[in-house]
Amino acid sequence: MFGLDKKDLTLLLVVALLTLLAPFILNPFPTGSGLAQFNAGYPDLMQRFVIFGIFAIGFNILFGLTGYLSFGHAAFLGVGSYSAVWMFKLLSMNIIPAIVLSVIIAGLFALVIGYVSLRRSGIYFSILTLAFAQMSFALAYSVLTPITNGETGLQLTLDDPRILGASATADGSIPVTNLFGLEMRSAVNMALGPWNFTFSAGYYVCAVVMLLAFYLAIRIFRSPFGMMLRAIKSNQNRLNYTGLNSRPYTLAAFVISGMYAGLAGGLMASMDPLAGAERMQWTASGEVVLMTILGGAGTLIGPVLGAGMIKYFENIFSKINDNVLHGWFAWMPDGIEDLTVTLIHPFIGKGWHLTLGILFMLVVIFLPGGLVEGGQRIMRLFRRRKATEDDQTKAKQPAE
Amino acid sequence: MGILEVKGVNKRFGGLQALGDVNLSVAENTVHAIIGPNGAGKSTLLNCLVGKLIPDTGSVMFNGQSVLGRKPFEINQMGISRVFQTPEIFGDLTVLENVMIPCFAKRDGAFRMHAIEGVQNERQIMEKALAMLDDLNMADKRNMHSASLSRGDKRRLEMAMCLVQEPQLLLLDEPTAGMARADTNNTIDLLKEIKEKRDITMCIIEHDMHVVFSLADRITVLAQGTPLVEDSPENIKGNPKVREAYLGETA
Repeated sequence: MFGLDKKDLTLLLVVALLTLLAPFILNPFPTGSGLAQFNAGYPDLMQRFVIFGIFAIGFNILFGLTGYLSFGHAAFLGVGSYSAVWMFKLLSMNIIPAIVLSVIIAGLFALVIGYVSLRRSGIYFSILTLAFAQMSFALAYSVLTPITNGETGLQLTLDDPRILGASATADGSIPVTNLFGLEMRSAVNMALGPWNFTFSAGYYVCAVVMLLAFYLAIRIFRSPFGMMLRAIKSNQNRLNYTGLNSRPYTLAAFVISGMYAGLAGGLMASMDPLAGAERMQWTASGEVVLMTILGGAGTLIGPVLGAGMIKYFENIFSKINDNVLHGWFAWMPDGIEDLTVTLIHPFIGKGWHLTLGILFMLVVIFLPGGLVEGGQRIMRLFRRRKATEDDQTKAKQPAE
Repeated sequence: MGILEVKGVNKRFGGLQALGDVNLSVAENTVHAIIGPNGAGKSTLLNCLVGKLIPDTGSVMFNGQSVLGRKPFEINQMGISRVFQTPEIFGDLTVLENVMIPCFAKRDGAFRMHAIEGVQNERQIMEKALAMLDDLNMADKRNMHSASLSRGDKRRLEMAMCLVQEPQLLLLDEPTAGMARADTNNTIDLLKEIKEKRDITMCIIEHDMHVVFSLADRITVLAQGTPLVEDSPENIKGNPKVREAYLGETA
C-alpha cells in the first residue's frame, strides 16, 4: 500500500498511530498528581515535537543519506518563519499560502547556499553552511530590519493589509491563524476521571503534515535517488567513475532538506505568528544535528525520536526546580534530603543541558546508531531469548 | 585507427617530466597492456585517460572524440570504465545495489531526479544487475553488505559494476597489485573469461609479467615517461632493450 513494502508500511502506521494518539500517550499521569509535571501532552509542546520532527526528518535526508553535515539548517527554518509571517501580514491568516510560500522561499535559499557550499565537502562544507547561516542571522538581526523587524522579531499588527482577510477582527483584535476557518488555537478538552486530555487543532494540522513529510521521506529513502545519495556517502570517487555526477544529487538533497526546514519554520509561524532572528542562530542549527545523531542518523524514525527526546528534556526537565526536588525527597532525613537535592541540582532546571549532554555522550559512545540502535538491540535480545526458549521446547519434545 | 588514440602527450609535475611525448594506439577488441618499472608514468598516463589529470600538450581521442577537459563522469558516459588498484565499491550498500547503480548511470545519464518511484519498481535494472552477478558467480551474495566481501570478491564486484555498463573500453589499473598468487590467477582467469565472452577492449596497466603475458595481445613498454617499444608479447619477451629497462631488474 502507498508504494511501500510491508516493513515501511508498518513503521508508517505505527508513527501515524503514535502521533494521532499523542494527547493520550503523552499524558499518562492524572492532573494534580505529583507526576503531572512529566506530562507532555499539552498542545504547545506536542506541536514542537512534530515540527522539530519535520525539521530533523529533512535534515536526515541530507546528513543521513549523503553524509554532508550542514551546520546552517536553522537559516532555512528562520527564512520559512519570516515568509509565513509576511504571508499572514499581507495576504490572509490562512496557513496554506503561508506554508507554501515558506517552503518555496526556503527552497530557493537552499539552492543558492547549497550551490556555493557544495563545492567543498567534509568540514569545509560544514563551515561554509555555518558561515551562511550566521550571515543570515546577522542580516536578519540588523541590516534587514525593514523585512525582519530586527531584534523585536516580526509580529502581526492591526494595520497589516491582509488583502484577502481582515486587518482586524470585529472586536478590534488581531485575527488568529486558521485553516479555512479552523482556528489553530482552538482545542477540545476531554476529562476522563482525574485525567485531562487536550486535542488541539494546531497539533493535528502539524501531525498530519509531519506524517506526509515522513511518508515522503520513506519514499525518498527507498527510491533510486536515495540509493544514489547513499552511494555518495559510501564512495564518491567510485560514483564519479561510474558516470554519475554527484553535484546535482547532493544539491537536490540539500534543497529538499532545506524545504523540509522551511516547512517546519512555516508551521512554527502558523502555530504562533511571530518570527525572530534567534531561530536562525547556530545553536538552533546545532540542535537539529544533535536530534538526528541522538535518534540515529540515516534511519527513518531516528530523527523523530531524537527531536522528541530533546524537546521533552528542554521543556520538562528544565521545569524541575529545587522546590520540586524537596517535595520529592521530603521523606528523607533533613540533612540527607538537602544533600540529595544539592547533588541533583546541577542536572535539573537550567542545568538540563548537562543531563542532555551526558545522555548524548552515552548514546554516541555506547550506541553509535542512536536510539534506534538501542531499540534494535533490545529487540534482538528479546528475539534471542524467545529463540532459545523455542529451542528448549523443541529439545524437550523428543523426550515426551 | 584504434578505439583509443593518444598522440604526443606530455605532462610535467614541476621539474619532473612524468610523460614525454607518449603515442599510443589501442585497437578495438584487443587487450593492450602498458608495462614499465615504477615511476615510468603508467599511472599518470591512465589518469590522463580518465580525466583526473589534464596533459600539458597532446591529444587523447576516444572513438574520434577528445576526452581532454572532460570530467571523469563524462568520460565514463562516453564508454570508458575503470577498475582501480584497490577495489573501489560502495561499501555501505548491498552487492546488488552496487551493480544497480552503474545500470542507472547507463540508462539515465549523469543525473536523473527519480526521488519518488521505488527501487522495487525498477524491474529491468534489477534483472540486468542480477544477470551480471550471475555471470560472475556472485548471485548468491547479492544481499550481502559489499564491505564484508573478501578482497577477491570485491575485485569481482568492481568488475561486474564496470562490465554491466557494457563499456567499449575497460581500463584496469594494476588489477592484481598486492594479491597472493592464487588470487592473481583467479583474476587472470576472470579477465580471460571476460575477454572471450564479450566484445571489449581492455587496457591494462600492470607490472606483474605473469599477468601481462597471459592476457595481452599487444604490449607497450614505458620507461621514464616515454614509450620504449610497442609490440606483441612474443617480441617483447625477446627484445633486449626491454630486458635492459625492465625485465632485467625483475627476472
